[in-house]
Parts: sequence; C-alpha cells; structure tokens
Amino acid sequence: MDFTLTPEQETLRADVRAWLKLNMPEGWTHGSTITSDIPRPEAYALMRGWQRKLADASFIGLTWPKEYGGRGLTFMDELIVHEEMALAKAPPILNVLGVGMAGPTILAYGTEILSCEEIWCQGYSEPNAGSDLASLETRAVKNGDSWVVNGQKVWTSLAHIADFMMLLARTDPEAPRHKGITYFLLDLHTPGVTVKPLRQMTGDAEFNEVFFENVRIPGSQILGGVNDGWTVGMTTLMYERLALGFGLQVRLRIALDALVGLARRMPKNGRPASEDPVMRQKIAQIWIDTESLKYTGARAITKASAGKLTWVETHQRLQELAMELEGPYAQLVAGSDRAIDGGIWQHTFLRSRANSIEGGTTEIQRNIIGERVLGLPKG
Amino acid sequence: MDFGFSQEQEMLRATARKFLENECTSTFVRARMAEPAGVTDEFWTKLAEQGWLGLVYPEEYGASGLGFVDLVVLMEEMGRASMPGPFFSTVVLGGLAILEAGSAAQKKEWLTKIAVGEAKVALAWTEPSARWDAAGITATAKESAGGVALDGTKLFVLDAHLADALVVVARTREGARPEEGVSLYLVPKGTRGVEVKLLPTMDQTRKACEVTLTDVRVGADALLGAKDGGFPPLMRVIDRATVALCAEMCGGAQRVLDMTTEYAKIRVAFGRPIGAYQGVKHKAADMLVDVENAKSLTYYAAWAVDENVPDAPLAASMAKAYVSDAFRKVSATGIQLHGGIGFTWEHDLHLYFKRAKSSEFTFGDATYHRERVAQLIRL
Repeated sequence: MDFTLTPEQETLRADVRAWLKLNMPEGWTHGSTITSDIPRPEAYALMRGWQRKLADASFIGLTWPKEYGGRGLTFMDELIVHEEMALAKAPPILNVLGVGMAGPTILAYGTEILSCEEIWCQGYSEPNAGSDLASLETRAVKNGDSWVVNGQKVWTSLAHIADFMMLLARTDPEAPRHKGITYFLLDLHTPGVTVKPLRQMTGDAEFNEVFFENVRIPGSQILGGVNDGWTVGMTTLMYERLALGFGLQVRLRIALDALVGLARRMPKNGRPASEDPVMRQKIAQIWIDTESLKYTGARAITKASAGKLTWVETHQRLQELAMELEGPYAQLVAGSDRAIDGGIWQHTFLRSRANSIEGGTTEIQRNIIGERVLGLPKG
Repeated sequence: MDFGFSQEQEMLRATARKFLENECTSTFVRARMAEPAGVTDEFWTKLAEQGWLGLVYPEEYGASGLGFVDLVVLMEEMGRASMPGPFFSTVVLGGLAILEAGSAAQKKEWLTKIAVGEAKVALAWTEPSARWDAAGITATAKESAGGVALDGTKLFVLDAHLADALVVVARTREGARPEEGVSLYLVPKGTRGVEVKLLPTMDQTRKACEVTLTDVRVGADALLGAKDGGFPPLMRVIDRATVALCAEMCGGAQRVLDMTTEYAKIRVAFGRPIGAYQGVKHKAADMLVDVENAKSLTYYAAWAVDENVPDAPLAASMAKAYVSDAFRKVSATGIQLHGGIGFTWEHDLHLYFKRAKSSEFTFGDATYHRERVAQLIRL
C-alpha cells in the first residue's frame, strides 16, 4: 500500500499544472466553472477549441496506445491530469463519450485510427428500451455490403452536435434478445438521420431524440461482428463507468469547493453558515463521501457501480445543501440580479435529478451489484 | 498510488482467518461473553505464539516489528470473528502509549512482556464527562513526597480489570489551553487507591470498566514521557487506535454482509430465494457500497498514520465518521434481511450489531468526527 506518486507521475503533474496556467481559455469565467454537470449549450464552441488545445498538448487519450494518437500511459496518469484540471477549474472535456467510451471500445474491438476532434454520442436507449436495454427495437437489415437502419433512439446526449454515434440495432429479431444485436459506428451526417433536441426540466436541451429512416451504414462500420453487439455495448458501458468514475470524483470536488465558498458567504442566524454546527456536519459528510469515492474508485474498478451510487447520492445531497444554504434566495434563477452566483446553482440543482437516471439508473446499479458482485439470483 | 496489500499481508490475512475460524468460534466467543475476563490464558498464549501481541513493536523488544498496515489487516480479521479479549486495549492502546511516550527502560520492560503475553496494559483516559478532547481530562496528578498522588474517575476504560498496569492520563497543570499540562503515568496493578469496577455493557464481547483513583501514590519513575507534555503523544496513539478500530469494524461489517448474502441466496419466500427480490437485493447492494467505502477510507487512513503524513489526523477522522455510520447501518440491515432469525440470541448477528454500537461511541462518534473534519479542513 503506497499513496505516493512515482517521479514520472510527479513530473506529469507539474507539466499539466504549468500548461494549464498558460493555456486557460479566454472567456472561461467562474460562473460557468462551478457547474458540476455536463457542459451547457452556450459553452460548446469554446469547449471544442479547448478540446483541440488539449489534444495538441497530448492531454487527451493518455491511456490509448501511441500509434492511435495516445501516450500509452496508465489510468492513474489520467487521474492526475483530471485532478489538475479540476484544481485549476479548467473546462471539462466536451467529447467525454468519445474519449472515455468510444475510443477504448474501438481499441478493444477494432483497429480504426482515432482523432480527438469528432464528438461522439451513444445510441442505446429507446422509447421502449431504457433500463431493459436488450429489448431495443431499432432494426438494421442487410442490403448488399451495407445495412439499412430504421427506428428511434432517445435521451441521446450531445447528438445535436455529435459527428458519430455508437449505435446498437437489432439485426436478428428471431434470435434470443441479447444475441441479435449489432454494434455500429454511425456517421451522423448520413442521410436519413434526424436529430430532435428534447427540452429538459432545466430548460436546456442537451439530449435528443434521434430518428433513422432508411439510414445506410457500410458493413465495415460494424464493431465486434454481426449479432455480437451486446458484448461490445457492455464493454462500452464498462468504460463509461471507468471514465466516469475518474471524471465524477473530480466534478464532485469542484462542486464541493464551490459549496464551501457558498457556505462562507451565506449568512445563517447572523453569522456565516460555515460556522453553523448543523451545516458543518453536512458539509463535512459530503467532504468525507467525496474522499471515499476517490479511494473506492482507485481500489475497485470492478465495483464501478458502487462508485456511481456513491457519486449520485453525494452529488444530489450536495445540490440540495446548496439550496438549503441559499434559503429563500434558492428561488431566484439566472436573470435576477439578486440570484446567488448568477443562478448557476439552480441549474446544477435541477440537473442533478438526472444523475440517478442517466448512465444506468440507481435501481439498475443496485441490481448489478446484487447479481454480479454479491452473486444474488436474478429477479 | 497503490491500494493493494503485499503478498506477506495477504498471507497474514489468510493465516489470521484460518486461526480465528478454528480458535475463535461462535461457541468460544459466547463463553467469553458470559465471563468477566473475556479471554482465556490459553487463547492469549496462542496469540503471543503467532507473534501478534508484539506485531507492531520494534524487534529489539522481542517483537515482530511489522507496520501499521499489517496491524490493520489483523484487526480486520479479528473484527470478522468478533474476537473478544484485551488485544485492542493492550496491544494498541496501552502498548502504543508506552511505545510512543515511554523511556527506553519502560519500553524494554513493558513491550517485551506484552509481546510474549506476560503483561496486559490498559489506557485510563476518558472520564464521566465522556469528552474526547483535552478539556475532558480532569483527573489530577499532584506532587507528593518523592512522586505524585493521582485522583479522579476514569470511565469506559477497556479491560482495566485484566491489566497488569494502567496508563493513567492526568492533569499536572492548568495551562492556557487544555492541551497543555497533561501527563501520563504508568500505574502497576495493586497500587493502593486504585479501584476497578467492571461495567455491565451491551456489547459483552468488549469489557469496559470504571476506574476510581483515590490518593494513588506513585514514584517519579512512573511518569511516562514528558511532564505536562502527554497530550500530543496521546493523540498520536488515539489516531492510530481509531484507524485500527475502523479496520476491526470493517471486518465485522464485511462478515455481516457475507452472512446476509448467503442467507438471501438460500432463504425462499413466495417460491424464490429472497435475494431475487429487489427489495432485498437493493438493500444488500447498499450494504456493499457502505462496506467498500468504509474500507477505502480505512486503508487510506492506515497508510496515512503509518507514514505520519500531515493529513493523518484528517484521514483518521474521515474514516471514523464514515465507518461508525456504515457498521451501524450494515449490521442493522443484516438483521432486517434475516427476519425473525436475525433477532434471536442464537444467531450471531447481534454480536456484530452490538459491537457496532460500542465501537461507534469509542473515540468519538460520526458527529464528533465530522466536526473534527470541519475544523481540519478549515471550514
């Protein structure tokens, strides 16, 4: 057991820190940095540029092999980079799905050369296939050397700005549910793809409905073989939880630092809320839970669902506490000059309700732990 | 960062588990619960033969000279077995106090004896005020002919009734701050004026006493460490003991989770194993999350106190806050998921439930440690 960094890791940390000092994008303000959730639409342009810059400096795809544009480093190195970005309050990575999920999956199953410029989205959920993903109905039918896709996806984050989709479609309706699904890499600029943004309770539209009408995909765009898509898709989900496990801890740390700042500024019974014994208890517990997430993430990659559950519960509690600290001011949103921090907390609070639904609901995560970690019988 | 245990530590774990499964059965534990001693001479000798009574003391005292992380491994296994007896009070509390504060001669005399099983030493620290801070130390040590006279009442003193010597924490001077003017004295068994009364406790696997000191005369050579300078070494002992206790609690919590998971696989209701129902499965999953996070914080704290890094006290408090809540919740849920059988005297679950309760309030509960975290992070 040893928590000290190697000299190489210390050097990497110093490099990232120095680089961030010189390269923080202009126009990245404190107001937008305290958001702990995925990027807001107005920041997309800035973030595309930021991603390009990070890629040029080789801070993206650290764990990918060198021949595919990566650096062949370890997840621990990646964690160091993420941590430094958080400490510097740098913008997050827009193409989180591409870097964290599509990239590793393609590396595991294919040989495609990747660039960090495209934005990826994940075409999994459908109106009748959410938690029960294997019941998906989008059809792909073979036609010569290509496949023709018809159907619909929903809750597809970033589809409105994405270039590619990791698409699961049914290719053999006669086969058992898990055996008739194929994993495609779809160029979203293909004719027949329609993306309709869905407005969510925050007022933003960061996810979408995606409709496919006779969309033609070359057979070369299949990953892992025809009817083998379920296994590939589960690999992606594993990487999702891995990538998120690192990323989430960092996002939580950013939000927590902001919360501590808020507690020092908001009054409670005539003194700063940070001096109130009850508030101190609640903040300290969030601090402890955030630290536990960091260490559990480092220890138990196979128990990633445990990390997601801890993260969701802690983050939602943090956002609730931000509202409690603001008191009646919690009602005021962006647009009021009396809103605290420009109303950003109201946005992150509302957004946090999705945390326990997206990327596998809390209930599904508990099923995974119960069945795959504890070995309890399937329901 | 490396969270793994070494091969030697894994071997120690395997050896300890096998030894305790053979020697510390439920029958053995229950027999010790019913007696004042809580240990047999035969069992104590076996612990000495394993080298565990001197596990962390330097080799010059005929001891094993291993590190604190090794002790954490052993404590986890002892917690798993709900092991009764004065191991924790002697090896960790009394012994570490002597190691931390004692003179060369005191260490030579006492640690050598502890390591071979010839002496037991208890720490008489807390008082009826039940405070864990320096202000709670009100027992006095006043100059008297050729030494000091000790007066006061010590409460919740673990295994004082078995001890060959007590390390008594007393106030020698009223300082500007309560941390000043605290001294430690080594009081041999049978010294006139020491009265030890065994307290009836909910957790019968752990024996606690009230110690009354009435004009207890000891010589100048009874002073352990610097006069008026006893509080800092005491806190170093308590931080380490807190982490060791957390490890013991983690071991107990893991055992409850194991028992509950096994039961949920075989107990049938409405035609299926109860573990197939989400109402049971999700509770089991939450138990796992609690246990894993508890271990993460404990292991990190073990490394931090062993290396004596600056945030070691913070790490110890984070662990105790989390583990106190986690063991209590896990042991309660274990009873709930077992139903009626879990509430019987015959089933071992109540041993863990009660151990969780006594441990929760040893060295401060979650509320106390959350406030300490708040102070240490300068909230």
